[in-house]
Amino acid sequence: MDAIKRYFRSPAAVAGLLLLLVVIAMAVSAGFLYPRDPLALAGRPLIWPFSNPRFLLGTDNSGRDIAAQIFYGARISLLIGGVATAIAILIGILVGAFAGFYGGWVDNVLMRITEAFQTLPNFVLLLVLVAVFGSTLTTVTIAVGVVSWPAPARLTRAEFLSLRSREFVQAGRTLGMRDIQLILGEILPNALPPVIVYASVVMAVAILLESALAFLRLSDPNVSSWGNLIGLGRDVLRVQWYVSAIPGIAILVTVLAVSLVGQGLNDALNPRLKSR
Amino acid sequence: MSDAETILSLEHLSVSLPKGADRPQALSDVSLSIASNEILCVVGESGSGKSMMANAIMRLLPNEVGIDNGRMLFEGRDLCAASVAEMRQIRGAGIAMIFQEPMTALNPLRTIGDQIAEMFTIHTDLSKAEIGAKVLALLEDVRIPDPKRAAKAYPHELSGGQRQRAMIAMALALDPKLLIADEPTTALDVTTQAQILKLIRDLQQRKKTAVLFITHDFGVVAEIADRVVVMQHGLIVEQGAVAQVLNDPQHAYTRQLIAAVPPLKAPAPRLLSGKNILTISGVSKTYRTGGFLGRGARVTHAVREVSLNLPRGSTLGIVGESGSGKSTLARCIVRLIDPDSGSILLEGKDWAKLSRENVRRETRHIQMVFQDPFASLNPRRKAAELVAQGPIVHGTPRATALAEAKELFALVGLDPSSADRFPHEFSGGQRQRIGLARALALKPDVLIADEPVSALDVSVQAQVLKLLAELRQRLGLSIVFITHDLRVAAQICDLVAVMKDGAVVEQGLAGEVFGNPQHPYTQALLASIPGGDFTRKRDAAGLV
Repeated sequence: MDAIKRYFRSPAAVAGLLLLLVVIAMAVSAGFLYPRDPLALAGRPLIWPFSNPRFLLGTDNSGRDIAAQIFYGARISLLIGGVATAIAILIGILVGAFAGFYGGWVDNVLMRITEAFQTLPNFVLLLVLVAVFGSTLTTVTIAVGVVSWPAPARLTRAEFLSLRSREFVQAGRTLGMRDIQLILGEILPNALPPVIVYASVVMAVAILLESALAFLRLSDPNVSSWGNLIGLGRDVLRVQWYVSAIPGIAILVTVLAVSLVGQGLNDALNPRLKSR
Repeated sequence: MSDAETILSLEHLSVSLPKGADRPQALSDVSLSIASNEILCVVGESGSGKSMMANAIMRLLPNEVGIDNGRMLFEGRDLCAASVAEMRQIRGAGIAMIFQEPMTALNPLRTIGDQIAEMFTIHTDLSKAEIGAKVLALLEDVRIPDPKRAAKAYPHELSGGQRQRAMIAMALALDPKLLIADEPTTALDVTTQAQILKLIRDLQQRKKTAVLFITHDFGVVAEIADRVVVMQHGLIVEQGAVAQVLNDPQHAYTRQLIAAVPPLKAPAPRLLSGKNILTISGVSKTYRTGGFLGRGARVTHAVREVSLNLPRGSTLGIVGESGSGKSTLARCIVRLIDPDSGSILLEGKDWAKLSRENVRRETRHIQMVFQDPFASLNPRRKAAELVAQGPIVHGTPRATALAEAKELFALVGLDPSSADRFPHEFSGGQRQRIGLARALALKPDVLIADEPVSALDVSVQAQVLKLLAELRQRLGLSIVFITHDLRVAAQICDLVAVMKDGAVVEQGLAGEVFGNPQHPYTQALLASIPGGDFTRKRDAAGLV
């Protein structure tokens, strides 16, 4: 409860939350405001924004409504951001918790694997995965999640390392708890706050990764995503720059909102660190 | 001492705390004075504002805490009005300070000699050679063994006592008029504490320094003070000459604090059962660290060949200084650590050889209470849940376990209606009671208590010890009580074993070990107890 109060005391955190709510509202209202398929032809190609009341944000080079694509794109970005983050955090917590709790050779093996993943540049690995498994929405989401888990894993491991020797964990052991009870019931709730905060970073990066993939036209072309729109706009970038700029702003706002919320969560969950 | 000049006087000093603190002022209307060549002890329990006072004098208060009233006259100058630059001149040269934990107060990356020399390079313009000579002289002054080597050593290479000596050398480098010592011996072992107290006394007399000595321990006061100031909740409740305050305390709180200093004599021996519930024989634990292919490996014998008996219904005290292996032994008994050899017989079963899974199943026979009441309770669970956890793990339905937890709350002297609160809403003593209730929830036969009262204030200590003694009687518990404090052991233990370097050097009935110690180490421990003379005199007077 205190954490919620502290969160709403920070203006930046509240602004971030409002922006995020706007993006969520866009995603929710897309089907209702734009009942037609956003990828269907709607009018003349390359209408400038604000010049035709039917197409408030103009049309792209094949004559599709940009506003509709932005609204539907919010769905895709949030979906990929959310699901990929969940996958990354889940793998990360699992690997980090076991490595940190058991130490010794378990830790050695798991951390060497983590490092192997970390030494490969994220994006190159993502390209390889998409090249091998194809670029449907599902594979792209899973691929983004799979390349993002090493950092949460290391963070969870560090928390577990410092928590596992605390007296309350030893007390749990003397009460006769199983390892899994100690990990899930005693240590994890105490290790979670920094990992939750880090999840916001993972989410922002996941949205950017998908956009970068779409910009290279390697994401799923059958869905309306912001990255796809930027990729399309590349051909007319010098004159009709708005085709790329509008989805660019949408990405900027979403990533900013997620980061502000993350920072706000950090300050709210670790109040003692804030004044430094 | 009336002709000595006053070095520092606080006049009606008030320090306010930020909003939302447990009281509006850390210090309210504090007036005192210290003359040269005297030791003024400030005594109080945690939260009494005694450390805040030291920080206020040094003007080292946290940002949100401010001095809002009063004056602090140091050699005629008001420190409240001094500028930041002036304060820098005064700190170190005029007023020096030593802290509780020398390891955190020293820079781990620089040698001791370097850090002492820094005092001279900042405040004087002596040449390098002169500074070097001065550093050595200082280290000799504080009687560090082999000063030349100590000057080249890094903090981690010295023992706790040596580090505190180095801190004192640094503090006295520039012959300050006033030395503030904030609990300088609290983190040290008794024997080291006695040496450091003697050193501070000697140096103070030789250099005619004024010393403001902050402590929570009336034993230390009896040992070192000329005058005493007693603080409670930010107020001075009593001040006067040491003999007067100790022998004829006026304020009720002072009387309570002095009464809480435990007597040195063991209580009359109780009749012990002839049957042993726990028999430890030949238990050893060795740690090997580092070293590749056996080179440079370090071997530590944490526990060697310890054999002890615990008669049913009695309390066995294991006494020793830090590093004596007493905590390792405790953890071997509950199998948090696996012993290398030996046997631990509990009701005919050898605990040392049980498999992990069997230990888990049998664990309700033997439970542990931990030292730190802040670290030993999971901060994210409610008090009732913490207590109910054990029975739930062993198959008691959740609702039943929670109901029983409330009964246990009453048993350990807590309000059952507070069971829904989180640990941080309880005081240190209350948390230790929760820890005790958690251990008792499994109805153990043997309770291992690892320094259960060391982190508590004296008056709270007495209450928790009384509770333990009561529970032992009522539930027929057998207790292994681990402590570094002989005074605490004397109060509750029937039998005592003294440990040094992993081995038991002496064991027997508490009255015999304390009354007629055989081993030189036990004798040294007993002689080092601060305020020993005072307590003995008081105990003798009480018996008449």
